[in-house]
Amino acid sequence: MTAVDLFENPAPHPEPDPVDSRPPAVIELRRLTRSFPGEPPVEALRDADLRIELGEYVSIIGPSGSGKSTLLHILGLLDRPTSGDYLLDGVATGTASEKVRARLRGGRIGFVFQSFHLLPHRTVLDNVLLATLYSGVPRGERRDRALAALERVHMSHRLDFLPTVLSGGERQRVAIARAVIASPHVLLADEPTGNLDTSNSADVLDLFDELHRDGLTLVVITHDATVSSRAERRVRISDGTLTEVA
Amino acid sequence: MVRWPKVRRRSGRPPRDPRPARSRRARWLHLPARLRRSGTPPVPVLAGGGALDRFGIRDLVAESAHGIGARPGRLVLTIVGTVLGIGSLVVTIGLAQTAAGQIARQFDAVAATQVLVQPTTSRTQGGERAIGRIPWDVEDRMVRLAGIEAVGAVGSVNTNNARITAVPVNDPSAAAAVAPQVLATTPGLLEAVRGTVVTGRYFDAGHDARADRIVVLGARAAQRLGVHRVDRQPSIFIGERSYTVIGVIDGVQRRGDLLDAVILPVGTARADFGMTQLEQAHATIAVGAGSVVGEQTPWALDPSRPETFEVQVPPSGSQVQQNVQADINSIFLALGAVALLVGGLGIANVTLLSVMERVGEIGLRRALGATRTNIGSQFLVESVVIGLLGGLIGAALGVLVVVGVSFGKEWTPILDNAVVAGAALLGGVIGLGAGTYPALKAAAIEPITALRGGT
Repeated sequence: MTAVDLFENPAPHPEPDPVDSRPPAVIELRRLTRSFPGEPPVEALRDADLRIELGEYVSIIGPSGSGKSTLLHILGLLDRPTSGDYLLDGVATGTASEKVRARLRGGRIGFVFQSFHLLPHRTVLDNVLLATLYSGVPRGERRDRALAALERVHMSHRLDFLPTVLSGGERQRVAIARAVIASPHVLLADEPTGNLDTSNSADVLDLFDELHRDGLTLVVITHDATVSSRAERRVRISDGTLTEVA
Repeated sequence: MVRWPKVRRRSGRPPRDPRPARSRRARWLHLPARLRRSGTPPVPVLAGGGALDRFGIRDLVAESAHGIGARPGRLVLTIVGTVLGIGSLVVTIGLAQTAAGQIARQFDAVAATQVLVQPTTSRTQGGERAIGRIPWDVEDRMVRLAGIEAVGAVGSVNTNNARITAVPVNDPSAAAAVAPQVLATTPGLLEAVRGTVVTGRYFDAGHDARADRIVVLGARAAQRLGVHRVDRQPSIFIGERSYTVIGVIDGVQRRGDLLDAVILPVGTARADFGMTQLEQAHATIAVGAGSVVGEQTPWALDPSRPETFEVQVPPSGSQVQQNVQADINSIFLALGAVALLVGGLGIANVTLLSVMERVGEIGLRRALGATRTNIGSQFLVESVVIGLLGGLIGAALGVLVVVGVSFGKEWTPILDNAVVAGAALLGGVIGLGAGTYPALKAAAIEPITALRGGT
């Protein structure tokens, strides 16, 4: 799979929209539905339309069971829509091959998880370097970029520590460094403060503010009002339907 | 093929995007100046330039090595089976090769160069009787064959229980002693059975042809008869006739009864006692000439009835080796195969366990952009390396055991290098086979399910 294949794939070139002359949004959901088989089928997302522009800081709020996780999985290319399409940087991903989706996932999306998902046997630096393996960062740049990313999250003093000896806030900062090292176009955070106490949460949210100020597109999925209030735009999800919160 | 290392990220962007490339780049990451080039417009480079390092071989090996090294204790337990299997294979083959080498080397030097010819016997109503006859000129007939170094024949002489004494004194008070056996030989026999002359000499073809009344005594017979020196030409009596003792022999390697016997030339025995036949012909041959001599001797002795002779020749070295190898190999190779099977199952088991334990890690890697192939190959390489490790350790231990056993038995260890290398590689192959299922299992894990749980 090379870039040439990408060009030959008709999907990356969406139909030119005569009305919409804007550049493609980082994230664009077009009447996206995700339903799970059952009796009756469960529609976790129903005709969702969402457009997130470059540099936006969006929080998606909703109670548990509202379809938040499904939306995150769709946005993170971990799951496929049942119908409709999801355009990432204008690239249609709904029916793209698993290989293309893996590349997009590695190159354009950074994940921050509630439970950090750091490898316990690897050092902080190794954990951050892990993200460069699959995203195509040239080998020669990897270490410098990892150091720069850790510097960015104020974790340079813990390079050789194992995650098991770090505090929750420190772990989440390492996870954020890992998420941003490959210069993603969007950072997807799933309850990023769910396992953190108040002060560590504040640290992480301050870090998000900094990243946002520097131009990173942020999508934070949360049920916590204090977290969502930091975002400049809020989208509520309930029963699979997305609504903008004024 | 042309690769566009950086264009991929923006390939979906329609060309009408009015904004300069720099403005789209996130400013948050304050990279060193030399690294910022990655944001510049793409330049096509030839494939193989390695500009786009997406999980290459080095990454694969490094990640697998971390996976293997994470749990050293488990690693040891995992490879034990393979170590045992490979080790037993190497030991089996090595000891078989070594033993075969030793057999060829240590093979009884006498046995390896000694040939015995006897007339074929057949069972009749009257018992067993020979159906062939060794000709009187057996020496002349056999010595011409290639490979024969010395040849001689022997037969027993019927003396009708004649008394054999050194002095014909009739001593009524002496206890009746069993007379020593009387044998007749051709002149070459002493050499053919590797005997030595203690004193005097052995008779020659002249004595034989003239039927001289001379004898040679075996060492123990000489002692019984009280003959210790031959320089005064002592005589012994067989019945009423006297025979001059011309020598005493010892140290024969075949026909040990010669040492207890009074030995006559065949010509003398025929003339005086009516000897009718030779019983055995002995020959020493060059090493390795056994099969040729064995084939040719019957024809040389009686071209018209070669089947009436039985020739016992030493087995050739390769036959011995094959027999030994067949014995050892079949048993221990089977054991080794069982151990390998167990070792492979062990690897499969532990790798499967490890996959299940690392579901979270697998999900994370998938989220970071790993493909199913990346995940599967990582686990496959892990099990191949574990197998290879077991193979290497097993082969090394096997070599040590072979050397140790050889040292203990004072053998020269012989082990084919290809066997050792092949055994180590076999470990890798077993790892490959054992890791396939767990690797497929790992590749099939869905990132969503994997990420749902905590780490």
